[in-house]
Amino acid sequence: MTLATAAPELHDCRQAFAETLAELAESDPRTVAVCNDSVGSSNLKDFQQRFPDRLINVGIAEQNMVGVGAGLAGGGRIPYVCAAAPFLTGRALEQIKADVAYSRVNVKLCAMSPGFAYGQLGPTHHGVEDFAWLRTLPELTILTPADPEETREALRWAHSYDGPVYLRIGRTKVPDVTPHVPFRAGRAARLRDGDDITLICAGTTVPAALEAADRLAADGVRARVLNFSTVKPLDEEAVLAAARQTGRIVTVEEANVRGGLGSSIAETVVTHTPVPMRLLGVGDEFTPTGSAAFLADYFGITADAVVRAAGELLGSETDAS
Amino acid sequence: MLSAVPGATSRLRDLRSELRAAAPADRATRLCDAAREIRRRDLRMIARAGQGHIGGDFSAADILAVLYLAVLDLDPEHPDWPERDRYIQSKGHASGALYATLAYAGFFADADLDTYMEPLSALNGHPNRRKIPGVETNTGPLGHGLPVAVGAALAARLDGSTRHTYVLTGDGELQEGSNWEAAMSAAHYKLNRLTVVVDRNRFQQGAPTEGTNSLEPLADKWTAFGFRTRHIDGHDHEALFQALSAEPADNRPLCLIADTVKGKGVSFMEDRVEWHHKVPSADQTAAALEELSR
Repeated sequence: MTLATAAPELHDCRQAFAETLAELAESDPRTVAVCNDSVGSSNLKDFQQRFPDRLINVGIAEQNMVGVGAGLAGGGRIPYVCAAAPFLTGRALEQIKADVAYSRVNVKLCAMSPGFAYGQLGPTHHGVEDFAWLRTLPELTILTPADPEETREALRWAHSYDGPVYLRIGRTKVPDVTPHVPFRAGRAARLRDGDDITLICAGTTVPAALEAADRLAADGVRARVLNFSTVKPLDEEAVLAAARQTGRIVTVEEANVRGGLGSSIAETVVTHTPVPMRLLGVGDEFTPTGSAAFLADYFGITADAVVRAAGELLGSETDAS
Repeated sequence: MLSAVPGATSRLRDLRSELRAAAPADRATRLCDAAREIRRRDLRMIARAGQGHIGGDFSAADILAVLYLAVLDLDPEHPDWPERDRYIQSKGHASGALYATLAYAGFFADADLDTYMEPLSALNGHPNRRKIPGVETNTGPLGHGLPVAVGAALAARLDGSTRHTYVLTGDGELQEGSNWEAAMSAAHYKLNRLTVVVDRNRFQQGAPTEGTNSLEPLADKWTAFGFRTRHIDGHDHEALFQALSAEPADNRPLCLIADTVKGKGVSFMEDRVEWHHKVPSADQTAAALEELSR
């Protein structure tokens, strides 16, 4: 298979987020947005103009912001609490735990510009710990849509679901990768079939996994690609099927693998069907400064890195046999 | 989930109507008696469990009695009734006073209080909204209540509702910055149907607040943050009733700094820091119950 010669069109998922949120607000008066001085960076300017009473900007005060969201939910509203991923999760982690997850209120936490989106701004602004921090909170659903269409679908699903949801809304530009796959919360989507190896990706790493699968196919390796746009609850069935049927798994995420998606896959695999794995993502170090593309390369969450990791797993199998 | 005592809603609403219509002296006497009964029940519960925060419970008991019996419009048999007034207890460690008050109001059976702190009990050391009817949000970590109350008051405003939101904070917990983030928002949004009551017993866990990280001038702080602020005797039932049930005077949220006594009502506990979470012996329990029955 040859790669497309024309570069695919790239999108910022925040646009799809803003359009869908306005659509939800139009059809459901319970919809409110809460933000921390992030009207611009959360793409809420249009929402603010159309629904001025329903945009609550608490200023630079994330703990208050999440608590306000919990109180609004207790008053029958459906609040979309929007802030940059590192600050929403890091500064308000206890509020997310006690006020939202443990209280099990209908708050949608919208983490904007996660991962390496704020690349040059340095590690304080990189949102790579969120999966690890939030995955330990019971009751909280964690979604990381991969492209505009999946962002729309994830948001609509979150709105229809009565309970707390964390949504990672990417700023790093991505191609359309899931237009033909219906979004099902809690279910991994199989983007490529294959029984030689499984590539598990989510959010911004889906394009890298797909490209890697195409390149492996050119070498005669049939790679299964699973999009885990629901990080929690984990689709264990898909994980175990991958382990049993393909015997090797590579995970790739724009997050710290310690406690992140890779860890959660590994926990499931090692408990039920141990197979060799490679976990690609941020390791045990503070992220350096650099563009999102630079950091993706630095931490090896690119197609090249996935192909390399797959090759190692396939090679080690050969050595062992 | 615990369930309400049948008939609790009409009993609570009748009591509220009676108390509201009563002469001030009669109202104060009846609320004082109810608060003493709440303290007695709380004391027996803590003595039985061998755990609890009796000092902070007792400083807040009069405020809770006035709110639940005379001020708040609530439906114990339908605790999620959307138009209810909201009461958020930020000082979650004073769960004993809250539980005893909720049982008194009929949100669940008095006998349920005997499960306080038992394994798997709904009534754990800090309130849980999913297990206990009448609890609005889970508290325990300090500085969480006021932000949630701001959201509750904003929801009422969006609904065009006149329902009122109350939050009770400890004084020590005002050292948490999240309170001041929320205070700014409450004033900015002119939430005049939001009332903060500060249980100003002047002690935190191990020491006086002023010897730890001083709060004074506390009233000036709230006023500077945009609140209508006043000091009130946190054990004066009639003053509390008048202040808590008054219609808003202007566009500002209200802060009542309730001057209270930690361990109020039991002479050997009053103003003694160790009663923050000390558990009374059998003899002390008997003496305290006797004192609370006079």
